[in-house]
Amino acid sequence: MSNSVAPVLEAKNLVKTYGRVVAIDGADLQLFPGEILAVVGDNGAGKSTMIKCLSGAETPDGGVMELDGKPITFRRQKDSRDAGIETVYQTLAVSPALDIAANLYLGREIRKKGPLGSIFRMLDNSGMKKSAKEHITSLGIGTIQNMSQAVETLSGGQRQAVSVARAAAFGQKVIIMDEPTAALGVRESGQVLKLIQSLRERGLAVILISHNMPQVFEVADRIHIQRLGKRIAVVTPKSHTMNEVVAVMTGALTLEEKDQTLGPIR
Amino acid sequence: MSKSNLVTDAAAEFKGRATNKQKVQALLHKYPWVSSAVVLVFALFIFSFGNENFLTPNNLSLILQQTAVIGAIAAGQTLIILTAGIDLSCGAIAIFASMVMAKTAFVNGWPAWAAFMLGIAVGTGAGAFNGWLITKVNLPPFIVTLGTFNVFSALTLFYATGRTIMDKELEPFFLYLGNPIPLGEFKITYGVLLVIVMYLILAFSLRYTGWGRHVYAVGDDIEAARLAGIQVKRVLMSVYVTAGFIFAVTSWVIIGRVAAASPNSGSNLNLDSITAVVIGGTSLFGGRGAIFGSLIGAVIVGVFRNGLTLAGVDLYYQTFAVGVLIIAAVSIDQWIRKAGV
Repeated sequence: MSNSVAPVLEAKNLVKTYGRVVAIDGADLQLFPGEILAVVGDNGAGKSTMIKCLSGAETPDGGVMELDGKPITFRRQKDSRDAGIETVYQTLAVSPALDIAANLYLGREIRKKGPLGSIFRMLDNSGMKKSAKEHITSLGIGTIQNMSQAVETLSGGQRQAVSVARAAAFGQKVIIMDEPTAALGVRESGQVLKLIQSLRERGLAVILISHNMPQVFEVADRIHIQRLGKRIAVVTPKSHTMNEVVAVMTGALTLEEKDQTLGPIR
Repeated sequence: MSKSNLVTDAAAEFKGRATNKQKVQALLHKYPWVSSAVVLVFALFIFSFGNENFLTPNNLSLILQQTAVIGAIAAGQTLIILTAGIDLSCGAIAIFASMVMAKTAFVNGWPAWAAFMLGIAVGTGAGAFNGWLITKVNLPPFIVTLGTFNVFSALTLFYATGRTIMDKELEPFFLYLGNPIPLGEFKITYGVLLVIVMYLILAFSLRYTGWGRHVYAVGDDIEAARLAGIQVKRVLMSVYVTAGFIFAVTSWVIIGRVAAASPNSGSNLNLDSITAVVIGGTSLFGGRGAIFGSLIGAVIVGVFRNGLTLAGVDLYYQTFAVGVLIIAAVSIDQWIRKAGV
């Protein structure tokens, strides 16, 4: 296996504790450009905590993170965004009373051109609505028509679509998705999976956290298996079966390092 | 093509099924101040039968003057309540700032502008202190401001040594806001004008700037706002500092209105301002409401008190009526929220 391609995002020996609870205990992660890396693990394996560290929502207690080979430290969520990492959180992180366009541009609003924007700091609401509509339409969510609709009036699946559209619209290097299809119906799930694949085609690297093994095996290039706060194996959908992955996840099976796929596969 | 049309049509049909009640609910959901505006118009109509002098320019100007102070405090209070906070120390900050202004000018002989600037700085600093305790020490706003309400009240009494500074002892600058603007029969004071301008600036900032949007987002769901990349602590801090500044400016309105600076006044300003905000349709849970609603809310309370007084109704019943108004306003807020689901 060749390691000629450098990882776009790498975490080494990450540690994060909450009081006496050790959430991640020396976890590693390697993400290569243009791949979909599925992260699977049982409840409490530390998937969400690791993702929070990578997206800047939490600061790890130990370990290093590198983006394009350069060490990174995220003090706040905005830092990771500025570095080109977008995240779809399990909780979606949408503001219910604000409308769809406002949510899409939350935290990076666009001001009007000219003195109205620079002196009076007025927002370019019509411009943001217009491009929000384009982003939502490109996702293929036909049921969302009105960008001035408050997010709380949307169904769970539509809210998820807003959150996914936000990440897809602004992600520059890496997109992290924490259970992006959890609340979606069959049709919307299919659209999100298609979208994830189109992000890969755009050259972005995607981390997909999911409990849904058929979906993982459908889109992932490699599968990172997390257990008890550590990465215990990395496999591909071709090299191993769903049952084997579940067995590794739950500790019933241990894989030798030579059987794993630690490097890029393409 | 036909498939997407089908989806749109289905959604449109779904919308068309709303009953009139649901339409009203949806309208109020979008514009929460509408219900308070309706109450205001209705109250003006009813009270005009209570006393023929009620709907005169003179009396209406008086109501506005009586409302100006609570309206000004309510402006700062609205900002804080929009972030799902609360400020019980607002009145104490305003009175403290007014005593600083009056005493440094009268007792220490500072020029009026310098005393005024010091008062503004003290009020803004007091707001910043609240903000610091809330964002850096991570205390709940209710507890912080309950504490600082007592602290600032005590500091005021201590500093003023219990003495009221009367209008004859104050320079005209401090009393300026009590002067009427000649507008035909209306006697709007400069204080009322200042409060209206303040509301216009705040309404613009909340509605059209990124800062305003972040204030709503933080009050709506603070964790979502944080994960969406908003620096929530910075937003909260800016809100408490701005509110402190507004309370300090209010102290000028207070001196103009009562033509004196008294350390013993204003102990009810905190609850009165919260009343105005709530009646104005802003949700105590944050993230929902409009600043002009609070001005309408303050005017409603003023109209009720004035109208009932002119109709010869006892003070107890006025207070009773305000209580009913609050509960009615919050009930409507709860009902409106259901439209969001």
